[in-house]
Amino acid sequence: MGWFKREKQNISPDSQKLDIPDGQWEKCAGCDEIIHKKQLEINAWVCYKCDHHFRVGSEEYISLLFDKNSFKELDKKMKSGDPLEFSDTKKYKDRINSTIKKTGLYDAVRTGTGKINGKKAVLGCMDFKFIGGSMGSVVGEKLARAIDKAYDTKSPMIIISQSGGARMMEGALSLMQLAKTSARLSKLADAKIPYISILTDPTTGGTTASYAMLGDINIAEPKALIGFAGPRVIKQTIGKDLPKGFQRSEFLQEHGFVDFICHRKELKNRLDLVLGYLSN
Amino acid sequence: MANVTLDFEKPIVELERKIEEMKSFEDNLDIQYEINKLEEKVIQLKRNVYKNLTRWQRVQLARHAERPYTLDYIYSMCDDFIELHGDRLYKDDKAMVGGFAKLDDMKVMIIGQQKGRDTKSNLYRNFGMANPEGYRKALRLMKMAEKFNVPVITMLDTPGAYPGIEAEENGQAEAIARNLLEMSRLKVPIVVCVIGEGASGGALGIGLGDRILMLENTWYSVISPESCSSILWRSWEYKEQAAEALRLTAEDLLEQGIIDRIIPEPLGGAHKDHQYMADTLKTALKEEILELQKVKPDKLVANRINKFGNMGVFEE
Ligand SMILES: [Zn+2]
Repeated sequence: MGWFKREKQNISPDSQKLDIPDGQWEKCAGCDEIIHKKQLEINAWVCYKCDHHFRVGSEEYISLLFDKNSFKELDKKMKSGDPLEFSDTKKYKDRINSTIKKTGLYDAVRTGTGKINGKKAVLGCMDFKFIGGSMGSVVGEKLARAIDKAYDTKSPMIIISQSGGARMMEGALSLMQLAKTSARLSKLADAKIPYISILTDPTTGGTTASYAMLGDINIAEPKALIGFAGPRVIKQTIGKDLPKGFQRSEFLQEHGFVDFICHRKELKNRLDLVLGYLSN
Repeated sequence: MANVTLDFEKPIVELERKIEEMKSFEDNLDIQYEINKLEEKVIQLKRNVYKNLTRWQRVQLARHAERPYTLDYIYSMCDDFIELHGDRLYKDDKAMVGGFAKLDDMKVMIIGQQKGRDTKSNLYRNFGMANPEGYRKALRLMKMAEKFNVPVITMLDTPGAYPGIEAEENGQAEAIARNLLEMSRLKVPIVVCVIGEGASGGALGIGLGDRILMLENTWYSVISPESCSSILWRSWEYKEQAAEALRLTAEDLLEQGIIDRIIPEPLGGAHKDHQYMADTLKTALKEEILELQKVKPDKLVANRINKFGNMGVFEE
């Protein structure tokens, strides 16, 4: 094994570290820079070189937006019931169980109450890593209950979306979650309780066609993919290449569907400011 | 209109053709006896075939090119239809039609996706795939119905909302989302009926109501079997399996607690007898609306929000 060791020593210590990531390094999809996780965390999981917003989940958003230790999770262990006993190349039940094991999450949304700079709020935050952030019965029910919580406690509702749309494996029941969540939001609107939708990369399909587009204020993170149909489907349908920047946050703002785009590092303070205007 | 025969209909069509042939010899008594026997057989065959349809076969029936579409129903069921055009914002979507009409003496606002029957009319109707202006036209008509206290009927028949560049620019998702929110609190009865294909958000965009009906041979789901096959099996070849897995027929949805009622079709499907189908549907729609008109508007809205709130299966 002597030759092997020698060869290894020829690599500079720096690049050696980069070629063999020990789970502490991430490559930026925007500029290919290799960045240490600690560095990312300090910078709100945004690349300090090119401002690329790394895709992060509920854990990160909760720590970014909510005052320390103020978040109390609701319905943490609610789990899919596999109503259709669905099976494609894999059983849906197995897919759910292995995803729970892999991610430590029970489904694609976490909900709870907490405080943002001392102001109370109810949050629903999706996780793309749970079956593409897809919306099935659990996402619908947890969001509906969170909206009820906002209604009962007269607290503003915030939903952070990150989702490929409705979950196929629950069939029409998934589709009905669009109706269920939107109907609940109409109650909130009638009671003049603020609802803020934050759209992150990606927000498409049934999620966009329900709560993600229904905020009193719709806020998007920079360059997030936001749309109804997926770009691949549109390209297939029209048989043409899609224009540059199509279905990105900036495109949505230009066409009038998001109020503003917000850098993740500014999100908490902007949210605080908006909540101030919407409370009476 | 050319006759369209689905694979599983072929033995029936073949037998019917034989009977017609024999009828040209009908002055012969022996042949008459044989014809009678064959006619009984064809009825038996039909009963068997249509009772044991697979889910994929139902999807095919739901898309049958001779099936009645929204405007066919409107003209067969209603008097004094006034079609109303445009969303008052951008343009008139030909894939979504609607207007005031009367079911006998009952005033209604009736809205639905509209497919075409041949290439030309399909291009005109965009194959029943609405753009945002279609959903916004539908909402405009529903709000007007609310203003003048007229119940709303929506008819779902679409392969999906149109996936195009303009559709995205004009907020396809926002248009559907807005309809869901506004329909949930509309203060007049809404009766929804799936008359053909109920494909995903494009169908649901006019599908939130107090009573949800499906014709016997229709489908309603989160995705079409073909697209489901291409995503989950990574091939277009598994559409039959996908249709089974999605459990998307009227019976399935009744079992899942999503719809309230199945409207029976004539033997062989709605396309076998347009007028009979329209009469059956008309009777059902009138029954539902009369029931709903007994409920006070605030209660109606609360019930509607709860109805959808109860949909979903989970463990805790
Ligand atoms: Zn970068």
